[in-house]
Amino acid sequence: MLGAYLPIIFLVVIAAVFGFASLCFSSLIGQKKPSEVKLAPYECGCEPVGSARERFSVKFYIIAMLFILFDIEAVFLYPWAIIYKKLGMFGVMEMAVFIVILFVGYIYVWKKGALEWE
Amino acid sequence: MFENVWLIPLFPLIGFLINGFFGKKIKNEAVIGGIGTLMIFLSFLVSCGVLMQLIGLPAEQRVFEKVVFPWIHCGNFKADMAFLIDPLSAVMIMVVTGVGSLIHLYSIGYMHGEEGFYRFFAYLNLFCMSMLLLVLGSNMLVMFIGWEGVGLCSYLLIGYYFEKKSAGDAAKKAFVMNRVGDFGFLIGLFTLYWWFGSNHNIWTINFVEIKAASHLLPYGGVVTIATLCFFLGATGKSAQLPLYTWLPDAMEGPTPVSALIHAATMVTAGVYMIGRMSFVFIKSPETMMVVAVVGACTAIFAATIGTAQNDIKRVLAYSTVSQLGFMFLAMGVGAFGAGIFHLMTHAFFKACLFLGSGSVIHAMHHALHHGHLHDDAQDMRNMGGLKKYMPITFLTFLVSTIAIAGIPGFSGFFSKDEILWQAFANPYHGGLNIVLWGIGCIAAMFTAFYMFRLVFMTFFGECRINPKVKDHLHESPLVITIPLMVLGFLAVVGGYIGMPKLMGMLPNYFEHWLDPVFELANEYGKEYAHVGHHTHALEWGLMGLSVVIAVIGITIAFTMYMANNKLPEKFTSTFPALHRAVYNKWYMDELYDFLFVNPCKGFGNLLWKGFDVVVVDGIVNGVGKIFMGLSAGIRGLQTGYTHNYALGMTLGAVVIVALYIFR
Amino acid sequence: MDMLQFPANIAAAAGVNFAAIMPEVILSVIAMALLLVNVFINSEQKAYLGYLSLIGIVVTFFSVVSGWGAPQSGFNNSVLQDNFSLFFKGTFLVSAFLTILITDQYLKREECNWGEIYPLILFATVGMMLMASGTDLMTIFLGLEVLSVSLYVLAGFNRANLKSNEAGLKYFLLGAFSTGFLLYGMALIYGSTGTTRVAAIASYISQNGMVLSNPMLVAGMLLMAVGFSFKIAAAPFHMWTPDVYEGAPTPMTAFMSVGPKAAGFAAFLRVFIVALPAMKADWSELLWVLAVLTMTVGNITALKQTNIKRMLAYSSIAHAGYVLVGFTAGNAVGTAGVLFYMLSYAFMNIGAFAIIVLVGRKGEENNNVSDYAGFGFKHPVLGMCMSIFLFSLAGIPPAAGFIGKFYLFSGAIQAGYVWLAIIGVLNSAASVYYYLRVMVFMYMKDPTEEFDWLAVSPSLALCLLLSVAGVLIPGIVPGTLLDLAQKAILM
Repeated sequence: MLGAYLPIIFLVVIAAVFGFASLCFSSLIGQKKPSEVKLAPYECGCEPVGSARERFSVKFYIIAMLFILFDIEAVFLYPWAIIYKKLGMFGVMEMAVFIVILFVGYIYVWKKGALEWE
Repeated sequence: MFENVWLIPLFPLIGFLINGFFGKKIKNEAVIGGIGTLMIFLSFLVSCGVLMQLIGLPAEQRVFEKVVFPWIHCGNFKADMAFLIDPLSAVMIMVVTGVGSLIHLYSIGYMHGEEGFYRFFAYLNLFCMSMLLLVLGSNMLVMFIGWEGVGLCSYLLIGYYFEKKSAGDAAKKAFVMNRVGDFGFLIGLFTLYWWFGSNHNIWTINFVEIKAASHLLPYGGVVTIATLCFFLGATGKSAQLPLYTWLPDAMEGPTPVSALIHAATMVTAGVYMIGRMSFVFIKSPETMMVVAVVGACTAIFAATIGTAQNDIKRVLAYSTVSQLGFMFLAMGVGAFGAGIFHLMTHAFFKACLFLGSGSVIHAMHHALHHGHLHDDAQDMRNMGGLKKYMPITFLTFLVSTIAIAGIPGFSGFFSKDEILWQAFANPYHGGLNIVLWGIGCIAAMFTAFYMFRLVFMTFFGECRINPKVKDHLHESPLVITIPLMVLGFLAVVGGYIGMPKLMGMLPNYFEHWLDPVFELANEYGKEYAHVGHHTHALEWGLMGLSVVIAVIGITIAFTMYMANNKLPEKFTSTFPALHRAVYNKWYMDELYDFLFVNPCKGFGNLLWKGFDVVVVDGIVNGVGKIFMGLSAGIRGLQTGYTHNYALGMTLGAVVIVALYIFR
Repeated sequence: MDMLQFPANIAAAAGVNFAAIMPEVILSVIAMALLLVNVFINSEQKAYLGYLSLIGIVVTFFSVVSGWGAPQSGFNNSVLQDNFSLFFKGTFLVSAFLTILITDQYLKREECNWGEIYPLILFATVGMMLMASGTDLMTIFLGLEVLSVSLYVLAGFNRANLKSNEAGLKYFLLGAFSTGFLLYGMALIYGSTGTTRVAAIASYISQNGMVLSNPMLVAGMLLMAVGFSFKIAAAPFHMWTPDVYEGAPTPMTAFMSVGPKAAGFAAFLRVFIVALPAMKADWSELLWVLAVLTMTVGNITALKQTNIKRMLAYSSIAHAGYVLVGFTAGNAVGTAGVLFYMLSYAFMNIGAFAIIVLVGRKGEENNNVSDYAGFGFKHPVLGMCMSIFLFSLAGIPPAAGFIGKFYLFSGAIQAGYVWLAIIGVLNSAASVYYYLRVMVFMYMKDPTEEFDWLAVSPSLALCLLLSVAGVLIPGIVPGTLLDLAQKAILM
C-alpha cells in the first residue's frame, strides 16, 4: 500500500540531493569577493539593523491587497478547473461572471494608477 | 360622475395651494381672483354632474359611497376618506358650490385693492374645501375634519383685518365659542361609537352603517345624551342660544365672508348635521323638544335685537341668527325636509342681502373716502335714498327682503310657511306645538318689520349722507351686480321647487327629493307621535294668517320709517328701558362676561400664579434638572476611546449571556 | 475516486432563480458600471455619476415594485424575495435616493468630489437588500459584510478631515468586533441545529424541543442579538454611534442612520421571527430591556448635546429604541409599525440632514444648534421644512412620526407590554425638549451672525420636497402605507 507513495519519496530525496549538491558545487568552483553588504544576512533592500518600527510606504499595502484579491481568484479557479467538465456550460457562465466582476475591479485599479509604483 | 366626486373638494384645495403659496408672487388680482373663482366653479360643474346622475336614478338607489383612500384603520376603528352622495349632500354641495362661486366672483370686485388679496382668496378656497368635506363626508370623522376646517377658516377670515383689534377679538370669540360646541360634537361622536361598539359590537362611525344599525338604538336614554352633545356642537357652529353671540361680532370680517360663511353655508352646518343624523335625533323626544325650543327662542330673541340695530350688517347678522332658529325649529318638530328647504332658500336670499349690503357699503365707503370723511360707512343713519343711486342693488335687495319677509310668490314664503305649518301640525310635542308655532309667527312678524326698516332706512327717504360726497355715490361694477342679480333671481324662483302640496300647482319636488333621506326618521317618529288630523281649511287659514302677519310687520315698518319719521323717537322716549335693553342686545355679552368670562379669568389667574408657577413649574423644572444631570453623567461614559467602547460592548454581551445561562 | 455526483441540470439543482435577486443584480451591475465610468471622466463631470445612480435606483425600484405580491425563492432557499423584503428594499432605495440627492452639494463644498461615493452607496444598498431577502444566516452575513465594508469607507470618505478619518476607523474597528459576536452566534446556532437556513432552524427546533434547553442555542441567540444590536445601535452597543455619526460626512451620516438601521432590523426580524419563534419568550424579554435602555440612553444623552449632528445621532439611537418596542410586541400591529416607522424615519431624518448639509460650512463647521439662531426667519421655507422634520421626529401630528409611534406603541399595548409603551411615551415626551430647542433657536433667537446666502441646489430642493411629502402624506393619510406594511409582514 505504501508503495504508492514511493515516487514521492524519490522526489523528496532527489530535491534534497539536488539542493545540497548545487550549494556545494557553487561554493567549490565560484569566485569569492566578500564585502560587508554581501555578508549581511538579508540583502533585499531592507536595513537589517535599526528600529523595527519602521514606516512602510502605503504602496506596499495596496500591492499586497491587490495581490490577495487576485490570488484568491486564482485559488478559486483550481477547484473549478477540476470539475469543469461536470459543471458544463453552467460552470463556464458562473466563472465568467466571477471573472468579469474581478476584471471591473482590475480596470478600476489600473486606471486609478494603483499598479504604478511612482 | 359619482366616481369623480373627490374632484369637488379637490378643486378648491388646488386653488388654496396655488393662491396660498404663490399668490404673493402672482400679485395680479385678476389672476388670483380668477383662479379662486374658477376652481370653485369647476366644483360647481362637477356637483351639477353628480346631481344630474342622482336625478337619473330611482329614488331608493340614491345613495352612493365613494372611498377615496383608506385613512385610519386601527383595530376595530376604521375611518376612510370617503364621500357620501345622497339627495341631502347633493343639495348641500349645490348650495355651497353655487352660492360659493357667485360670492367668489363678487369678491373680485369687492376686495379690489385690498392688501392681502391673495390671502383672502386662499382662505376662501380653503373654506369651500372644508365645507365640502363637511357635507360630503361619509363618516363622522371626515365630517369633523370639515367641521374644524370651516371653524378655522371662519377664524382666519373674521380676523382678516387683523390690524384692527375688534376684528382680532371677534375672531377669537368665534373660535372659542365654536370650540365649546366642537367639544360637544366629539363627546357625542364618542358616545355613539362606544354605545354601538360595546353593546352590539358594531364599531363604526360611518353614517350609512349607523343608519343601518339605528333600529338598535333605544328611545331616549343614551341617545338623548349623545344627541344633546351633538346639538351643543350645532349651537356653536350655527349660532344658536346660548352660543350665538359670536356671529354678530363676526361681521368684522369682509362682507363676502359674512355672506358665504356667516349666512349661506358654514352656519347651516349644524342644521345639516341634524339632518344627516335625523334617524338618531328622532329617537330622543327630549332632544327634539330641546332643539325645537332653542330654535324658536333663538328665532324670536335675535329678531327682537335686530329691530334696534343701526349697523346694516349687524341687522343682517341678527336676522341670520333668527332664520337659523327657524331652521332648528323645523328640525326639532321633525320637519327635516322643510328645514333643509329653508336652509337652501335662506342661502339664496340672505347671500343676496349680504352682498347687497356689501355693495351699499362699498359705494358709501368709496364716496366717504372721496370726501375724506370718517363717518361710519355701515351705519344706516348715514344712508337713505340710495335707490336712485344704486338701482340694481336696490332691486335685488328689495326682492330678497320680500322673500325673507314671507310674501307669497317669493321663495322665503314657501319654506318659512312650511316650517310654521309643520310646527303647528307635526305630532311630536303635543300642546307645545301651538306655542312653538306662536313664537314662530311673532318672530316672522319681527322679521318683516326689521327687514323693511332696513330697506326703508337705506334706500328710501332723503339721503342723509354728507351732501359734499353725494355725487360720488354710484352703482357698483358688473362683477358685483351680476352675482346680486343671479341670487335675486334665485330668491324669487328658488321656492317653486318646494311648493306646498296644498296649493296643488306643482308637486313638492323638494320634499320628494329628500324623502329617501328622512324616511327612516319619520318611521321612528311614529313611535311617540300623537295622532292628529288637520283639515285643508286649517292649513289655508294658517297660511293666510302668516301672510297677514308679514303684512302687519311691513306696515309697522312703513308707518314708523316712511310715513311718520317721528314715531321711532317717540317710541324710544316712551319705553327708554326697553329700547336700551334691545339696543344693547339684552345685555347678553355683559351677562356672559359676568357669568363665564370673568370667573374663568379669575380661576385662570389663580391657577397660573398659584398652582402653575409654584407646583407645576417646580415639578417640571425639577424633573428637567434631574434629567440634565443624568445626561451629563451618561455623556461622561462617552470617552471617545475605541477600546472603551469595545469594552462596553463586551461587558454588555457578557452580562446578557451570563444572565440567561445562569438564571 | 469520483466523489462528486452532479445532476444533469446543475442550474436547477442549485436553485438558480435570478428573479429572486433581480433588484440586487440590477443595482450591482449599475454600481460596477459607475465604477468604470468614474475613472474615465474628469472631476467636473462627477455629478453625472450621481444622476446615473439615481436612474439606477429608479430602475431598481421598478423591479422591486413589479415583484410585489409574487414571492420568489432561489439558490436553495438562501434568498427569498417576499413582500417583507420588498418593503424593506423600497425603504433602502428611498434612503439611497434621498442621500444621493444631497451628496453632490456637500462633496463640492468639502472639496472631496470623488466619484467613488456613488458606487459605494449603491453597493451598500445591495448589501442591505441581501440582508432583507436573505433566508440563510450566511446570506444575511454576506449582505451585512457588503454593507459594512462600504460603510466603513463612506464614513471615512472625507479623507482630508481628521474627524471623518476617525469615524471611519472607529466604525471599522468596532464593526469588525461586533461582526465577531454575530458570526459566533450564527456558528452556535448552526452547531446546535445543524443548519443555517432560517426556516430549517425553526423546523429543527420544533421537531427537537429539547434543544431549547441547550445553552449553546440560547447563547447563539443572544450573541446574534448582540451583533444585530450593534448594527441598529441599541444600547449598550451604541457607543460607536455618536462619534461615527458626528465625524462622517453629513450625507453619509444621514444614510447610515437610516438605511443600515432598517437593514439591521430587517435581518433581525427575519432571523428572530422566522427562525426562532420557539424562543419568543426569551428574546422578547431581552428586547424589552434593550428597548428601554436604548430609548432612555438615547433621549437623555441627546438633551445635553450642542452639536446638531451628534444630537441627531443620539436621537437616532432613541428611535431604534422606539422601533424595538414594536419588535418586542412581535404582533401584527407592532411589526407592521416597525416597517412603517423605518420608511417614514428615512424621510424625516434625511430631510433634517439635508438642512444640516445646507447650513453647514466647509470643514464641517456651523453644525452647532446655536448656529440655527434666526434661521426660521431668514429662510422661511427651509425653516418650515426643518420644523416639519423636527415635529415628525418628536412624534407630533400630523407628521408620519406620530402615526409610526402610535402603531409601535399600540402594538406593544395589544401584546400586553403596557409599561413598555408608557416608558416609550415618556421618552417620546422627553425628546420633544431637544427637538424643539432647535426650533426655539430657529424662530426665537436673533441670528448671531449674518447668514450667508444659502445655495439650494435643485437636487437638494428635490430631496426636501420628497422628504416633506414623505413625512406629511403618510402622516395625514397613513392608510395606504400601513396596508402595504401589513401585507409585508405576512412572512
